[in-house]
Amino acid sequence: MSTTTVQENDVILRVEGLKKHFVPHLSLVESLGKPKKIIKAVDGITFDIRRGEIFALIGESGSGKTTTGKLIMKLIDATDGRMVLDGEDVTTLDKPKLEEYRKKVQMIFQDPYASMNPRFKVRKVLEEPLSIHRIGTGYKDREPLIREALESVKLTPIEEFIERYPHMLSGGQRQRLATARTLILKPKLLVADEPVSMIDLSTRAEILAMMKDVQQSMGLTYLYITHDLSTARYFADRIAVMYLGRIVEIGPSDEVIDNPLHPYTKALIAAVPEPETGKVSVIKDLPIFGEIPSPANIPPGCRFHTRCPYAKDSCKEQVPELVDVGGGHLHACLRAHEI
Amino acid sequence: MSEKVLEVKNLKMYYHTSKGAVRAIDDISFSLFKGETLGVVGESGCGKTSMGTSLLRMPTVPGKFEGGEILIQGKSIIPMAERDVRKDIRWQTISMVFQGAMNCLTPVYTVGRQMYETLYEHKPMSKKEAQPIIEEYLGHVGLPPEVAKRYPHELSGGMKQRVVIATALFLKPSIVILDEPTTALDVVVQAQIINLLKRLKQEFGLSFIFITHDLALESEVSDRICVMYAGKIVELCENAQVFGPQGPAHPYTEKLLLATPRLHKKVESLAFIPGAPPDLVNPPQGCRFAPRCHKVFDRCLVEEPPLREIEPGHMAACWRCF
Repeated sequence: MSTTTVQENDVILRVEGLKKHFVPHLSLVESLGKPKKIIKAVDGITFDIRRGEIFALIGESGSGKTTTGKLIMKLIDATDGRMVLDGEDVTTLDKPKLEEYRKKVQMIFQDPYASMNPRFKVRKVLEEPLSIHRIGTGYKDREPLIREALESVKLTPIEEFIERYPHMLSGGQRQRLATARTLILKPKLLVADEPVSMIDLSTRAEILAMMKDVQQSMGLTYLYITHDLSTARYFADRIAVMYLGRIVEIGPSDEVIDNPLHPYTKALIAAVPEPETGKVSVIKDLPIFGEIPSPANIPPGCRFHTRCPYAKDSCKEQVPELVDVGGGHLHACLRAHEI
Repeated sequence: MSEKVLEVKNLKMYYHTSKGAVRAIDDISFSLFKGETLGVVGESGCGKTSMGTSLLRMPTVPGKFEGGEILIQGKSIIPMAERDVRKDIRWQTISMVFQGAMNCLTPVYTVGRQMYETLYEHKPMSKKEAQPIIEEYLGHVGLPPEVAKRYPHELSGGMKQRVVIATALFLKPSIVILDEPTTALDVVVQAQIINLLKRLKQEFGLSFIFITHDLALESEVSDRICVMYAGKIVELCENAQVFGPQGPAHPYTEKLLLATPRLHKKVESLAFIPGAPPDLVNPPQGCRFAPRCHKVFDRCLVEEPPLREIEPGHMAACWRCF
């Protein structure tokens, strides 16, 4: 099934040509005699998120994946492009509409230690979104919803947790609470920005499994933002790989990882350590040069050409667009067929 | 077997807090051989970093040694005078790349100035004399000499980490402790740094203690693996004994390995370890892992298993393995 043939109502969120450019604030002295440097954090991305899927956005720091998450959460406004949620244009929203939107699209943040008010007990943490969105009146009214949310993330027995403060919870329990806090509004789309990167390996899988359970039982859609290819493969249905504000490859998880087409995806995969023996004295062959350039200074043509081992002169001039190779697998490389 | 550069015997290091003594390092023994990399893995709070700082004889306040010995090239360093440790041991024989050190470079001095400071503390010399040494070591870690004139904010994470590694190698130590040296870095940069470390190890004949929570990473760098849990070593063995076909012996290592997602193998569900590590002020009686263990039986709850050899070169602390 290719993206172009997907039924309109299968798509929960459509992002078209989305851009976010930041203009740094410079003092008068700093700005004298220098060309204005625009940071192109997200520079024209297009993708669909299908209803009920887990869509992973992967990239290094500086690739624009978190900015994309913030754009979708509408924490920042786009410079250009369009976003359509459930057939409705949500690119610009007034305040009442924005409130409605936030009920449908919720976020789990990376740091479970910084994303909760330390003075709020668990029940207050969960009551806050309800009172913000004026759901129910008073705690008595809201308690069943709070209990239901705790139940769904398995923070049970409820009595044991509901009167605790965040510091009395482990990292994994906090991330469960953060998930409960988003679920309580019955959202359609959850943006999860590195939800497990700060959690110990021993419990990471537990949190991902819980998130997957909730997703299936409540028919949710996730945008999973991460730098970790291994968890993305395990967790997501489809993967989009970002590089310097653009999507360079997109497709079903297994396809992208077993049969990567873009040289950047290939390099990422080569760099991931696998728990196998016999590699201690091996110097890894990395098909990539140097480090990611600054988004304030994006190379012309294909923006990956400065690090690409396959780059030719044409790559320095021509900007590659996403090309569909069938099966919903797209790449943006001029030379993908030769390498 | 080659020569021992470091030997730890029954080391105990406790943090004395208002709630009581936290037994961060509780009776651990191991050796490090010349030219090898020993990987130390475990969850947060298992004592990995405490072990690193203990080996430099500088446990973080309020930590104190409560027993045991650390022998570095045959010299016992715990009873030594601080002056002698500074003169002969710390940074000259054993140095460390601290976790997050790349973010601890001071923003107000150039990289070269900060590197000079380290050099000067141990070997007083003029800046002029120091410059070629600084440039030489920047070269060793793959950075151009101009980097010495830059400020930390002008460098990327990977470059800063290289600066920190260069600074750790300056005084020609034979042992380097690397505490999560790639955790904050992107996967490509991580692989580049790992390649660099492997080259440096060859070039300088170093021995590494590589601390990380990431088992997959250990499989690529460490000759031997030391698994820690709640202040104790639970398994100590060759790389192939953990990552080979036979798999690890201790249930904790087994579960950790199953919880590690693999890129090239799609699995339906990953394993996890229920519960959380125990409170180290009052560790449970018996095996400390018993409350979370899937193979627990009566004996585990009453008697603590010793770290014992179960096959040549393979130690484990589990009643199920003996």
